[in-house]
Amino acid sequence: MFLEQLINGITTGSIYAIVALGYTLVFGVLGIINMAHGEIFMFGAFMGVVITSTLGLPLWLAFVAAAVITAILGYLLERLALRPLRNRPDSHLAPLISTIGVSIFLENLADKLFGSGNHPVQNSLSEASFTIGSVNIYVVQIVIFCISIALMIALSYWLLKTKGGKALRATAENLETASLLGVNTKRVIMVTVVLASVIGGIAGILVGMAFSSVNPQMGLSFGLKGLAIIILGGMGNVKGAMVGGMILGLSETLVVALGYSGYRDAIAFIMIIVILLLRPQGLFGTKTA
Amino acid sequence: MLKVAGVDAFYGQIQALKGIDLEVEEGSIVTILGANGAGKSTTMKVISGLLKPKKGKVTFLGKDITGLRPDQLIRKGIALVPEGRAMLAEMTVLENLEMGAYHRKDSEVDKDIAQVMERFSILKERKDQLAGTMSGGQQQMLAIARALLARPKLLLLDEPSMGLAPIIVADIFKMIKEINQSGTTVLLVEQNAKQALKIADYGYVLETGKLTTEANAKDLLEDTSIAEAYLGG
Repeated sequence: MFLEQLINGITTGSIYAIVALGYTLVFGVLGIINMAHGEIFMFGAFMGVVITSTLGLPLWLAFVAAAVITAILGYLLERLALRPLRNRPDSHLAPLISTIGVSIFLENLADKLFGSGNHPVQNSLSEASFTIGSVNIYVVQIVIFCISIALMIALSYWLLKTKGGKALRATAENLETASLLGVNTKRVIMVTVVLASVIGGIAGILVGMAFSSVNPQMGLSFGLKGLAIIILGGMGNVKGAMVGGMILGLSETLVVALGYSGYRDAIAFIMIIVILLLRPQGLFGTKTA
Repeated sequence: MLKVAGVDAFYGQIQALKGIDLEVEEGSIVTILGANGAGKSTTMKVISGLLKPKKGKVTFLGKDITGLRPDQLIRKGIALVPEGRAMLAEMTVLENLEMGAYHRKDSEVDKDIAQVMERFSILKERKDQLAGTMSGGQQQMLAIARALLARPKLLLLDEPSMGLAPIIVADIFKMIKEINQSGTTVLLVEQNAKQALKIADYGYVLETGKLTTEANAKDLLEDTSIAEAYLGG
């Protein structure tokens, strides 16, 4: 029983972690909160429904479709909602408002395209499970966990070891210095927003698999949890997003296991209050003057 | 090599440069002197592409480069070490050096990095340390070494001696002289006018956004009015 809950917690936590990664990448480079990230994530989730349940195509194709669609959405978001507002004196507030606009637009677009209400997610993996001792494990949980971990390892490697990743980190730390060193910062910003969106899209499919249902409003609740996680882990901090996601997933599962399932969605916000009181820069954040 | 002609530049509504004309000859060290707020750093920002001039023209090696971005200019051979050194503090010393060679695609990058670390042994000792943890003088060396890895034809140095102890300042000026002797043209902005004029070939004096004096560095050093205003008597 405890082990089953632990596995549930790790599965949920690894999904939360990659939802939060999308926020933290964009915040790290642009210094803004992308309020449309949750809705881009929701579009990824719907790709899972359309490809596997509606069209009956294989699961891997859903990942490809989600990556393509969310990459396009990310590109349009940067081009239409973020870039025109750059270099304005209110450069932090204006993009926040414009991304809220994009999120409302995308939510309603999804409502029109896919229909309102819950859409069940059915695929070949949905029911498969096996038992070790007394512990029942769903194959889907293993798949989610492996994909999330692989994504996090790949992203960390890219950021730490490759030229493109170093250019992104340099841009995040100081845009002007990066450009003096020869980095085309406009392109890095575009790559960051597209990359964050694709990661969000993949997270969307995983959430569909984990909770067996998606709806056009799911972006908001997952988005707010993603925000809570980056506040917990430290804004713009990649490690913080990963650890913060795991902490949230595990504590939510723990609260449910203890019988207080009504408080499950409150955990994220209780964590924000506690962290802001005790360590406002977040677990892995550094203090800024 | 570099020619700035009639440049006006603004920060919002405030005019920082009024019709600046200056020239840097290939192989020389040219210095820009002036009090705080005279527009020295602004001039560097215009040349390096950080600030677009409202009027005027900048040419480099006979080509118009006015309004190009910094990442385009470094590919043409202009590198700036900005005021305050602009470390990538959360990246290691080695990563900072690698970023210096970011735009290069040749195969000699690793060799050049090894060579730079031979020359500045402190950078080799601390290559895996975060750049932000080094002292001011070490950071300035790293900043200059990083700029050199771009293999610039023209190196712009904005206040390289700022906030450093006198003994380290002497090191930095010796280094600038060596860089110049190995073939890199240098444009140097300095508060430390005496030291700057000692290593420079030519000097300009800026006052509230306008050039007031220009002459050979030797003549400026001997000019009593300049001495009174900028050399501390």
